[in-house]
Amino acid sequence: MTHLGYLIAGWGISLGAIALYAGSLMRRSKVLSARVPVERRRWISTDD
Amino acid sequence: MPLATVRTRVEAAAPDLHGTGSRATRILGAACLVGMATLLMLAFWLTNPDERVDEETNIVTGQFDAVRLLYVHFPVAIVTYTAFLVTAAGCIMVLWKNSTWWDNTAAASAEVGVLFCGLTLVTGSIWGRPIWNTWWEWGDVRLMTTTILFLIFVGYLAYRRTMTDPQIRAKRSAVVGLIGAINIPIVYKSVEWWENRTLHQQSTLAELKVEDLTLFAMIFGMTVFLMIYVWLMVHRFRIGWLEHQAETAGLAVAIAERRAQAPDDIRNAVTDTRSSLPDSGVDT
Amino acid sequence: MDPIMREIWAVARKDLLIEARSKVVATQVLPFALVILILFGLALDADRSTLRSFTPGLFWVATLFAGILAIQRSVSVETSSAAFEALRLSGAPGWKLFAGKALAVALQLLAIEAVLGLGVVVLYRASFADPVLVVTAALAATVAIASAGSLYGVLAVGMGVRDTILPMLLLPVLAPVLVAATRAFDDGLGTTAVNGWSWCALLAFFAVIYGTVGALAYAVVIEDA
Repeated sequence: MTHLGYLIAGWGISLGAIALYAGSLMRRSKVLSARVPVERRRWISTDD
Repeated sequence: MPLATVRTRVEAAAPDLHGTGSRATRILGAACLVGMATLLMLAFWLTNPDERVDEETNIVTGQFDAVRLLYVHFPVAIVTYTAFLVTAAGCIMVLWKNSTWWDNTAAASAEVGVLFCGLTLVTGSIWGRPIWNTWWEWGDVRLMTTTILFLIFVGYLAYRRTMTDPQIRAKRSAVVGLIGAINIPIVYKSVEWWENRTLHQQSTLAELKVEDLTLFAMIFGMTVFLMIYVWLMVHRFRIGWLEHQAETAGLAVAIAERRAQAPDDIRNAVTDTRSSLPDSGVDT
Repeated sequence: MDPIMREIWAVARKDLLIEARSKVVATQVLPFALVILILFGLALDADRSTLRSFTPGLFWVATLFAGILAIQRSVSVETSSAAFEALRLSGAPGWKLFAGKALAVALQLLAIEAVLGLGVVVLYRASFADPVLVVTAALAATVAIASAGSLYGVLAVGMGVRDTILPMLLLPVLAPVLVAATRAFDDGLGTTAVNGWSWCALLAFFAVIYGTVGALAYAVVIEDA
């Protein structure tokens, strides 16, 4: 396949960055939900 | 169905209260993975490279396999602009309705938007190198606009971090976000005027040998990446909500503790006052 | 002077008097702008004709950097004595306060640009092919910079963490102004054949836009200053 290096770089960086970000979100969410009392963890109020 | 009810239902979907996952996000996440696998198959296997044969000279031109980069570049660009519009809408709603929900959404969308904007620039640059023989082209309208957009996203997020009071932060960052947003079409028109011909115009979708499958792959890619955007947004929104709760929960606990302490303080204050008054015959 | 202008001028005059007495812009910001010109000359290590063709861009970059300092100064004279409170209590509507502050910044910027203009003539051998175009473009661009800057200046006011964010917020927004002003000067200084007056019209458009947005948003943003 022509331009294979570019293809791998482009797709690899994109999917890799998204995966890393998703991982960081998962980690942050675990840490935060440990700190917040259970009843306040979900957006259940409709008051803005 | 009123918007508030929709929001409540979406946000309360499935009761897993550890982390920000829920049944809805797990289904969506699985769909994203399946979609991405399909997209990769489409991009790398099922579609053909862009080859055009000149009838007279029999020379083959075109993007060849570099076109496969467009199946990621075009979708992430679409997500970038979507994220930008959501942030802009959020800023308007914050200034109009003073809505915490929209402030949280604006911030979440800006963070996801920064990521995708960066990816747009990177994938575009990587695609541009074999096609236009350059990593960067000053004066290309879309490139300049996307770069400024990136800087505005970054500035908005950096600015939010300088404030701790949620109300002030919401209002001020909404002003910053909104002015930044208004600026984007201005930048676009200015640069377009600056450089009438742009590399982007030289290679539009129309120039590709657009077979049905190429177009389908583009649109499918767009759909998959938008699904990824939604997945990331739901989690990031919930994280923002948890952060907000962590801030205010800490405050609520401190207030409760102070209140519990109050009767002792009053008793002590009364004793001090009485002891400082001249003896009026009152028994303590 | 009609009452509206009188109120606006009262605010501007206050800032200009402070500058006349403290001379901060004159002794700190203006020399800084000249230093930028000199540094560019040293860094680019270019022959005279190259510097000459770069003049419009270098001029406006130097103006923008100096402008950032002038704007920060404009805001800090209020915060150091809690004067934003006093401004709010004065009863003048937000847009007049904005106009006064922006006017003061604009006048100081014009002074800086005048010196920079002299600087590029001397240091970069620039020449004024069309002085009217140059002055008009400079006026329009200055109003745009002063307007956007005065608004963002208040947004970026604060102790510590917020001090350094003004350039990051303001400069991306002023990017099109930079493009337009540079092209207008390209024509006005005779370095490139472009239609400078079209770019000048665009600058006037920016001046109106940023002036309007600033006037509308100022009252909101000085509430928590």
